[in-house]
Amino acid sequence: MEVSKKGILKRIAGPVVTAINLDAHMYDVVRVGNEQLMGEVIKIKGENIIIQVYEDTSGIRPGEPVENTGLSLAVELGPGLLTSIYDGIQRPLEVLVEKMGDFIERGVSAPGLDHEKKWEFKPLKSAGDEISGGMIIGEVQETNIVHKIMVPPFTAPTKISEIKSGSFTIDEIVCVLENGDEIRMVQKWPVRVPRPVTEKLNPDIPLITGLRILDGLFPVAKGGTAAIPGPFGSGKTVTQQSLAKWSDAEIVVYIGCGERGNEMTEVLTEFPELEDPKTGKPLMERTVLIANTSNMPVAAREASVYTGITIAEYFRDMGYDVSLMADSTSRWAEAMREISSRLEEMPGEEGYPAYLAARLSEFYERAGRVNTLNKDFGSVTVIGAVSPPGGDFSEPVTQNTLRIVKCFWALDAKLSQRRHFPAINWLDSYSLYLNSLGSYYDENVSPEWNPLRSWAMEVLQKEAELQEIVQLVGSDALPDAEQVTIEVARMLREIFLQQNAYDAVDTYCSLEKQLDMLKAIRLYSDLAGSAQKVGVMTQQIVSLKAKNDLPQIKFISDYKPELEQIRSNMESEFAKLREAA
Amino acid sequence: MKEYRTITQVAGPLIFVEKTEPVGYEELVNIVLADGTEKRGQVLDTSDEIVVIQVFETTTGIGRDAGVRFTGETIKMPVGKDMLGRILSGAGKPKDGGPEIVPEKRLDINGAAINPWARGTPRQFIQTGISTIDVTNTLVRGQKLPIFSGSGLPHNEIALQIARQAKVPGSDEAFAVVFAAMGITKEEENQFMADFERTGALEHAIVFLNLADDPAVERIITPRLALTTAEYLAFELNYHVLVILTDMTNYCEALRQIGAAREEVPGRRGYPGYMYTDLASLYERAGMIKGKAGSVTQLSILTMPGDDITHPIPDLSGYITEGQIVVNRELHRKGIYPPINVLPSLSRLMGLGIGAGFTREDHKKVSDQMYAGYAEGVDLRGLVAIVGKDALSDRDKGFLEFADLFEQSFVRQGHDEDRTIQESLDLGWKLLAHMPEEQLSRIDRDTIQKYHPKYRKSGA
Repeated sequence: MEVSKKGILKRIAGPVVTAINLDAHMYDVVRVGNEQLMGEVIKIKGENIIIQVYEDTSGIRPGEPVENTGLSLAVELGPGLLTSIYDGIQRPLEVLVEKMGDFIERGVSAPGLDHEKKWEFKPLKSAGDEISGGMIIGEVQETNIVHKIMVPPFTAPTKISEIKSGSFTIDEIVCVLENGDEIRMVQKWPVRVPRPVTEKLNPDIPLITGLRILDGLFPVAKGGTAAIPGPFGSGKTVTQQSLAKWSDAEIVVYIGCGERGNEMTEVLTEFPELEDPKTGKPLMERTVLIANTSNMPVAAREASVYTGITIAEYFRDMGYDVSLMADSTSRWAEAMREISSRLEEMPGEEGYPAYLAARLSEFYERAGRVNTLNKDFGSVTVIGAVSPPGGDFSEPVTQNTLRIVKCFWALDAKLSQRRHFPAINWLDSYSLYLNSLGSYYDENVSPEWNPLRSWAMEVLQKEAELQEIVQLVGSDALPDAEQVTIEVARMLREIFLQQNAYDAVDTYCSLEKQLDMLKAIRLYSDLAGSAQKVGVMTQQIVSLKAKNDLPQIKFISDYKPELEQIRSNMESEFAKLREAA
Repeated sequence: MKEYRTITQVAGPLIFVEKTEPVGYEELVNIVLADGTEKRGQVLDTSDEIVVIQVFETTTGIGRDAGVRFTGETIKMPVGKDMLGRILSGAGKPKDGGPEIVPEKRLDINGAAINPWARGTPRQFIQTGISTIDVTNTLVRGQKLPIFSGSGLPHNEIALQIARQAKVPGSDEAFAVVFAAMGITKEEENQFMADFERTGALEHAIVFLNLADDPAVERIITPRLALTTAEYLAFELNYHVLVILTDMTNYCEALRQIGAAREEVPGRRGYPGYMYTDLASLYERAGMIKGKAGSVTQLSILTMPGDDITHPIPDLSGYITEGQIVVNRELHRKGIYPPINVLPSLSRLMGLGIGAGFTREDHKKVSDQMYAGYAEGVDLRGLVAIVGKDALSDRDKGFLEFADLFEQSFVRQGHDEDRTIQESLDLGWKLLAHMPEEQLSRIDRDTIQKYHPKYRKSGA
């Protein structure tokens, strides 16, 4: 049968439709039906071209036209990305409200970037300079972030024949190369293809998050990967949002993938008001948000993760440290499952497609610390939330994710029920970056950091063992030394690990303060040990008054004088106890 | 309208028709039986060869001789202000003997997703008069908060009490209740209707009833009719609408039934793989819109099969809704009403609607402290069972006592007891005062000085 760029629809069943007489290749973007809904070719079976549609398909009939654009699903990259909020296929939600009102209707397209707005382009190269793919030729002050303008990645080495300076829209030519290429500030990049780099490096710098349990016990490296699995209500979203707010990445890409509409609204209203602790500017200025809520079309949810990571890679290529939060990758996997079942593919485990593991690993592999094509250092850190059904970590999405990521922050419903936040279980979680980051802490924080961390983990581990005994015989039956261990562990949990994301001060804790807090707890532990040696009663040690003030340190921004006071109170109180004994 | 007599197959709730003109996906279909009765259905799968139709009523009586008419439009429902006070069937037909609805508008029952950019932030505190909700799991306007319950537990009473007492303190804006019942028994219906009539709630309510013996497939559209009505009232007529959906478990069973009839690849426990997306298309129809006065707040009830919170229905719901109120059998057995277990309960939007300017500045801290204290007390009960109460330290005994007090005086309240938020918070402080002050680690000193009964008495 004759095929052409224009085919006709044969079958419609939910978000998956079949077309015939269509000349198409895998992942071509097509326009479906009279309303020109956006879709993507996902399967070719004989003359049947199977398409997933990014918009609602109700009312579409067989016989309507399908047109192949011949392009892959791509995002527009250029000045104007920051502060934007997009749906899964990079349509700006603000523009959609203007075009179609408060509800998402269909058949409306909107470019990802503003093509009218003029940006002040400042060249960094001049005519005659050697240039090749991915190199930076100029910059634009986008927000407080400088947006670097790069030559498209696969440009062969050549020279600049002309470069301009001044105010341009993203479509105007700012630079001409000797091979005839005209460079504009906008680039298009297919979302399913990773952007090239010179080389991938080993991550050896921590991403500082301001969350004590993460920085202190389970750090993630810049360019690393981490997963936050947990049942509903255990605080995945709050943790993700804390990370988006306070992590020391320069750019944050936040993907709300199949999550709640009201939560995205919270992010939308909160981020412009919050200040970046480093620059004092609104957090929104360094943020790109992608919101494809659970009731928006499922195929666009599938695409949202790729849209997000491509934008993240683009900023990485400018030499920035980018962190990408995907909340939640389980919804993304479910979108794959839904599309796969509509394709009547042979299911793998729990109905997920057999390629689930491959897709997940491809995605996480796009993280990394790299030497860019411009020979700068940049990184993309990927932090994915996982929502295991019933909180059961043995389900396929969690298991396949764990095989790839290097950091595992296990959320625990038990902890959240007793309002221990962040509800990250310190026994189940792990970080494989400890060794590679060790020297960073020695050099940049304090040589005490690594030993203190090991000590804290040891105490917590010991407590877990002791708790088993306590469950059987009660805490009074424990030997004196171990009763003190239990008390120290309680302090570690309640003072160090618990952190209030809603308190203006406690929401972010610097590494220095973390270290000071650990040192204070360690001081108590050491003093208690020596007091016990001279025969002080355990009951007196455990009910030491001075340490009761320690939790308040969390809520004080200029905490040092108070902490010093507490330390000296502890010492004098112990001294008295020792004398009495 | 052309009528086709080309049915090739009838299977459960589905019929298959061939040799049609192009038919739209999700189009509304009328099926005319040989005896003249009409049934309605919806297109699930359409191609130039065969069209699959899901019939909303039973397929009893449908044979290859039945005629099929495609209406050319997706399912729309008439909506209007005169719907207030009406009782309709699960398919939207008058059930109270009154006239047909006079349509001011005809709306697509599937609705459309609210653009996240257009959403308003839900932060208006709704006082339900129930302490365990108001203090520890606060409901706000525009929230979707389900009640996770089990068979034989008083979730209906709780839902009714909330519907009766819910108000925004100091506000007298227009409000309405949209009540959608899916597969409930006649007895339950009577219970709801009697309460609505007793309290006069019916005049600002719209009731959709799909009873246990009504067709299961109709349950698929009942909540959609209710939510379409609610959105119309909220976003066009500026009402604050409370939508009560009961019982979502019956809805999910109907979804599974259709999936099985279509021979789809099943997901967990036989429920379709798209159940998350489908439930989201209901639950997400709650919220507020910037620049519009009304709101849709959702209170759905679901019974957890075998009280199992990890069952796919509560599990997927919990991932979509903004928290959950969990009704507990053990508390019920102790004779405590409302038997709400606060530990697994949660309100995600609570932080937005409480504190200074909304409820009271100490709200969050009191709530956290009570949670922590109760959780510790409940844990210790396990220990007491093994080692006996005497082996506990004084500190632990304090927590144990607190847990009992919490259940007996904070959780427990009367069916018609409507506590203000101030009363509930003060009650909380009264209980916390039983604990040694240094154990109140979640509350800062200033707040303790201001609200702790010990200081308040001396100050007064």
